[in-house]
Amino acid sequence: MTAEKQDSDSHTSQRREMTGAEMVVQALIDQGVTDIFGYPGGAVLPIYDELFQQDKINHILVRHEQGAGHAAEGYARSTGKVGVMLVTSGPGATNAVTPLQDALMDSIPLVCISGQVPTSLIGSDAFQECDTVGITRPCTKHNWLVKDVNDLARVLHEAFHVAKTGRPGPVLVDVPKDVQFATGMYTPPETAPRTSYNPKIQGDIEAIKQAVALLVSAKRPVIYSGGGVINSGNEASKLLRELVELTNFPITSTLMGLGAYPASGKNWLGMLGMHGTYEANMTMHDCDVMLNIGARFDDRITGRISGFSPNSKKIHVDIDPSSINKAVRVDVPVIGDVANVLEDMVRLLRASSMQPDKKALGEWWSQIDLWRSRKSLSYTRNKDVIMPQYALERLYALTKDRDTYITTEVGQHQMWAAQFYGFEKPNRWMTSGGLGTMGYGLPAALGVQIAHPNSLVIDIAGDASVQMTMQEMSAAVQYEAPIKIFILNNQYMGMVRQWQQLLHGNRLSHSYTEALPDFVKLAEAYGGHGIRCEKPGDLDDAIQEMIDVKKPVLFDCRVANLANCFPMIPSGKAHNEMLLPDEATDEAVANAIDAKGRQLV
Amino acid sequence: MNAQNLASGSAYFIAKETELPVTTVLSVLVDNEPGVLARVIGLFSGRGYNIESLTVSETEHEQHLSRITIVTRGTPHVLDQIRHQLERIVPVHRVVDLSVRADELGHEKPIQRELALVKVAGLGEHRNEALRLADAFHAKVTDATTEHFIFEITGKGSKIDQFIAIMKPLGLVEICRTGVAAMNRGPLGM
Repeated sequence: MTAEKQDSDSHTSQRREMTGAEMVVQALIDQGVTDIFGYPGGAVLPIYDELFQQDKINHILVRHEQGAGHAAEGYARSTGKVGVMLVTSGPGATNAVTPLQDALMDSIPLVCISGQVPTSLIGSDAFQECDTVGITRPCTKHNWLVKDVNDLARVLHEAFHVAKTGRPGPVLVDVPKDVQFATGMYTPPETAPRTSYNPKIQGDIEAIKQAVALLVSAKRPVIYSGGGVINSGNEASKLLRELVELTNFPITSTLMGLGAYPASGKNWLGMLGMHGTYEANMTMHDCDVMLNIGARFDDRITGRISGFSPNSKKIHVDIDPSSINKAVRVDVPVIGDVANVLEDMVRLLRASSMQPDKKALGEWWSQIDLWRSRKSLSYTRNKDVIMPQYALERLYALTKDRDTYITTEVGQHQMWAAQFYGFEKPNRWMTSGGLGTMGYGLPAALGVQIAHPNSLVIDIAGDASVQMTMQEMSAAVQYEAPIKIFILNNQYMGMVRQWQQLLHGNRLSHSYTEALPDFVKLAEAYGGHGIRCEKPGDLDDAIQEMIDVKKPVLFDCRVANLANCFPMIPSGKAHNEMLLPDEATDEAVANAIDAKGRQLV
Repeated sequence: MNAQNLASGSAYFIAKETELPVTTVLSVLVDNEPGVLARVIGLFSGRGYNIESLTVSETEHEQHLSRITIVTRGTPHVLDQIRHQLERIVPVHRVVDLSVRADELGHEKPIQRELALVKVAGLGEHRNEALRLADAFHAKVTDATTEHFIFEITGKGSKIDQFIAIMKPLGLVEICRTGVAAMNRGPLGM
C-alpha cells in the first residue's frame, strides 16, 4: 500500500481489511496518538515498515527500551495523554519491565506494544522469545497476547481504554510476527467496552455529604492531596484550589501530587512524609479531621502506622477501592474520580448552612505558623562550596518565570528538588515515586521535551542515577530535544550513604563512586553541551548558560559531598519524631533508628 | 500468615494485627480467557495471601464465564483487601465472599462440597473393613479388582479428611481431591 492511499483511508477509519501491522498504526492514529517511543527488532519489523510509510505518527528512536518506557511516562505525565512505547520480543520486552512497573506504581497511562515470535514458534524457546505476557502480568494493569489478527484492532482499542480510564496504568499488547503479516478486518474504536471493567467515577453522594459534615465540624483540619488529583486532570486541580479557598484549610501533598495546589499559595505547608516539612508532618499528626484526596497512605508518607495521625477522623477519596483501608483505616471512604467528588464536595460546602469554625481555625493556623517558624528546610550556606539546596534555590529562582517542566532521578537530589523547587501548576513535575527508579529522569525529560518542544525541560539528577540511562543523551541529540540535565554531583549515592550513616555505623559500603566520567566531555562526545560549576559565585551565570544553550546539556554541578537530606522521619518513627537539620548531629544520626526500625526499608 | 508479615515487615508498618484470622470462601466470576487463572493466583502469591483450596471451571458456556472458588484464610481486613484486589483484575466480573454473604442471609455457612477419589489396595480383613467403612461414609466404589478399590466420596472437606484418615491403615495408595465447590443456601444467586 502506498503512503498516499493510507493517508486518504486513515481519515475515515472504517471497518476494512488490512494487515496486522497496518492495524497497529491505524489504531494509534484513531486513538489520537502523535508520538511514540520505541526500538526496532526482528519481531516488530512489519510494524516498523508501516511506520516508515506514513507521516502521522512521529517515532522517537531511543537507545534502550527502558528509555522508551520512561520517555513515554514523561510524555504522558506532562500532557495527560496516554504514552506509547513499541518494543521487540525477548530482550525488548524484558527491558520494558522496569518502566511498566514504574507506571503501575505511579498510575501513569502507558500502552506498550511488543513484538512476539510467530504463533507457530511460541513455546519453542525460539530466538528472542520470552513469555512476555507472563513476565509482564504483575507489572501491568492488564495485558493481551493477540493470536488472531481479527482480534487485534479490538484489543488495541481496549488497551487504550483500560490504560486511561479508572485508576490509570500501563498495559501491554503482545503481537506475534505472523499476526502482524496476516490480513484481517480492522474495526474503529468502540464505545462499548468489555462488561467486566467498569471503574466507578461518580462518588456516592451520601458518603460525600458525610465527608462535608465532618469537614465543617473540624477544628484542626488538614487536606492531604496526592497524584490522583494530577491524574484526574486540570479540572481536579482547579476544584482543589477552590476547596482550599472556600475553607481556608491547610494543605499538604505527597511527592506525586506536587503542583496540584500552588507552592506559592498561602495555605501550602510543603510536602509531607519522610522528607516532608516539619509543619506538614506536625499538622498531619495533630489534626482532628484529615481529607485525603487521591493519595494512598504510602509508607513514605505515614511513618509508623500506629503513630500516624492518632486523633483524627479520616476521609479518603480514591478511585481504586483497594486503596481504601489498605494501610490506614479510614472513617469516611469515598470511591470515585477526584474531579467528580470534589465538584460535589465544593457544591455541598457552598450550599451548607454550617461553615467551618473560624475561631478554631484561626488558633490552628497560629499553631501551624509556630511550626513553620521552625524553618525545617534551613541549611548552612557555604561561600566556597555549593550546597545542593542552594543549587536548587538558584535553579528555581532562574527558571520559575519560564515555561518549565522538571523531572528527577531518585535519591537525595529528588527530595531536595521536591523541597526547594516550587510547583505552581499540575503536570509540571515528573518523578518516580512508588518504584523509585534511578535512571527515570533523563529519558522522562526526553519524553516531556518531545511533547513540549518549546518549553524548558530540566532533569534534576544525581551523579549515580543519571548514569543508568545516560545513553538517551544520544536520542536527545538526534531529535534536537534541548533537555537540561542538572546533575547535583557529590560523587556518592547520597541517599544510600545517608542510610548507611543512619543504620550501619557509617560503614559506606559501595556507595562512593571512585571513577566518575568527565560529564563535560561526555556531553560533548554525545554532541551536546557540557558545563561544570564548582563555586557558588559562578552558579547563576552557569545556570543562565544552561538555559540559553539550544542543545541537550549535561550540567556537572559539584556540590558539598557529605550534605544529607533533612528533615527526615527515621524508619519506625512517627510524624512528630522528625530529625530536623539543626539537630542532626553525627551522634543523633547514628542513634536515630533503633534495632526494630533498622529492619524496615 | 504471610499477609500479616507483609504488612509488618515491609517498610514502616509495625502496627500489630489485633484481629484473628478466619477462613472464608470466595466465589470469583471471570471471563474464560487465557491467563485469567494465572492473574488470580499470581495476585495471591504476589501479595502474600494464602490459598487453601482452588477450583475453577467454565460455568456459563455462552457468555464464556468461569467460576473460581477459593478457600482462603486471613483477618477480616486482609480478606477485604483480597476481595478488592481481585476486583481490580480486568476480566473479573464479580467477587463474592460467600461466608460474609451467608452471614448476611442469616445462614451459618455456605454449602461446601468436595469430591475425592481414594484408592485403597489390600487383601483379607483390611479389604472388607475398607468396604464397610466406605459404605458408612456413602462412598461409591467406582473401580475394583480383587486387590483394590477406588472409592468416590463427596461431602464437606472435614468428612473427606476423616475418610482418608480411616483408610490410611487399610492400604491407602492414592488420593485425588477436587477442591471446594461452594454456594449459598436459599433462592438468591451469588
